[in-house]
Amino acid sequence: MADTIADTRRLFTKPQNLNDAYGPPSNFLEIDVSNPETVGVGRGRYTTYEVRLKTNLPIFKLKESCVRRRYSDFEWLRGELERESKVVVPPLPGKALFRQLPFRGDDGIFDDSFIEERRQGLEQFLNKVAGHPLAQNERCLHMFLQDESVDKNYTPSKVRQA
Amino acid sequence: MSFFGFGQSADIDIILNDAETRKKAEHKSEDGKKDKYFLFYDGETVSGKVNVTLKYPGKRLEHSGIKVEFIGQIELYYDRGNRHEFVSLVKDLARPGELTQSQTFDFEFTHVEKPYESYTGQNVKLRYFLRATVGQRLNDISKEKDIVVHTLSTYPELNSSIKMEVGIEDCLHIEFEYNKSKYHLKDVIVGKIYFLLVRIKIKHMELDIIRRETTGTGPSVYHENDTIAKYEIMDGAPVRGESIPIRLFLAGYEMTPTMRDVNKKFSVRYYLNLVLVDEEERRYFKQQEITLWRKGDVVRKSTSHHSVIASQRFEGSSNPDKSGCQSNEDHES
Repeated sequence: MADTIADTRRLFTKPQNLNDAYGPPSNFLEIDVSNPETVGVGRGRYTTYEVRLKTNLPIFKLKESCVRRRYSDFEWLRGELERESKVVVPPLPGKALFRQLPFRGDDGIFDDSFIEERRQGLEQFLNKVAGHPLAQNERCLHMFLQDESVDKNYTPSKVRQA
Repeated sequence: MSFFGFGQSADIDIILNDAETRKKAEHKSEDGKKDKYFLFYDGETVSGKVNVTLKYPGKRLEHSGIKVEFIGQIELYYDRGNRHEFVSLVKDLARPGELTQSQTFDFEFTHVEKPYESYTGQNVKLRYFLRATVGQRLNDISKEKDIVVHTLSTYPELNSSIKMEVGIEDCLHIEFEYNKSKYHLKDVIVGKIYFLLVRIKIKHMELDIIRRETTGTGPSVYHENDTIAKYEIMDGAPVRGESIPIRLFLAGYEMTPTMRDVNKKFSVRYYLNLVLVDEEERRYFKQQEITLWRKGDVVRKSTSHHSVIASQRFEGSSNPDKSGCQSNEDHES
């Protein structure tokens, strides 16, 4: 009671603009990995996945894009990001070398449940990576998500506002 | 003589003269236990009595001198052999001789300088204590009595607010403001966080208070960080234009004043850490140093006898309704 009471009034703030409060979000980024398709014949077969992106972030050149990628493309992307950016890149779903050995009871790497597990892991991986502000600056990420095909002989560089 | 166990020995007690009136303050010891010690300020006189009580009455105690010391000392835990004394005062109580009976000696250390505050930290300890010693041939008999010292300051002349705009380009821009840069230990941090641009999915935001204890000099500097408080100020995702208020009461946390380069041996500094966490558990943060100081307690001005009674009645009653209080006052007059 002997001490003076501290002044705890809030600092002055401008009232929020209605458009800011209720306008469209400036931060939506949706990535889906779906529609697995096995292409090729015999031992040269491989599975591709559809990578669909919808966003309003200005860093992405296309607000909507849809490309097909295979597991080795994801591996390439992960390697590039680890080397080029300072990001701690999350892990990919497993490489499944055992499933590639012959004389298995199931379909090996073309088994439906395996493909589904892998699809989920790839979707999680991409969402984590693409949402990272530092990863968004890498040319390899944009090429992976939005270019028709991945050019492994590209020159690594940084992307600024599209 | 003390070899054989039948030799004379003595117990020492140090009693302060103002033990009845002097305030005590709580202080945490190295092992985390809290204890109360007498509280002193810079410049105050430390006076008292040293009681030397013989264990076996009737037998004499030979000694090489009896003295009492007032010591202010810094001890680094990793270098315990080298205790650094920055205050060392001695008063001789008795010349070498012998005690035939238990005796009491008066002492006074007048207007002792106590430049730093008592501090017990993670890697360093600064303490003040009285030590009474009865010199013996083999092992001196001594007793220590710790006291606690607080350093007081007054409201600083210059106390600008901290206001800054920070962010990650095209992802997150915020402007934060804290009302002051220097806070006393029972102060309130009043501030706000204004969102200029939000392009990430924020889950929550918190304000942490971090204490950084720095020991050592030159190449062997060691920092120990300790998060004293974590205070969530926002739960959920903000949008552009939103302003989140901050009101953080410091009295609830155990903190010390900021200590800079104490006797060139250690520092204790405090930082406010604003932390934003997004949906992917990524953390974005901005640290800002604040200065903490200790305010002296306001001395209660003498109020009229009448109002002292009235306030006591109000505080003491279980039904503190106004009418009840007033009728008592009327009764008094």
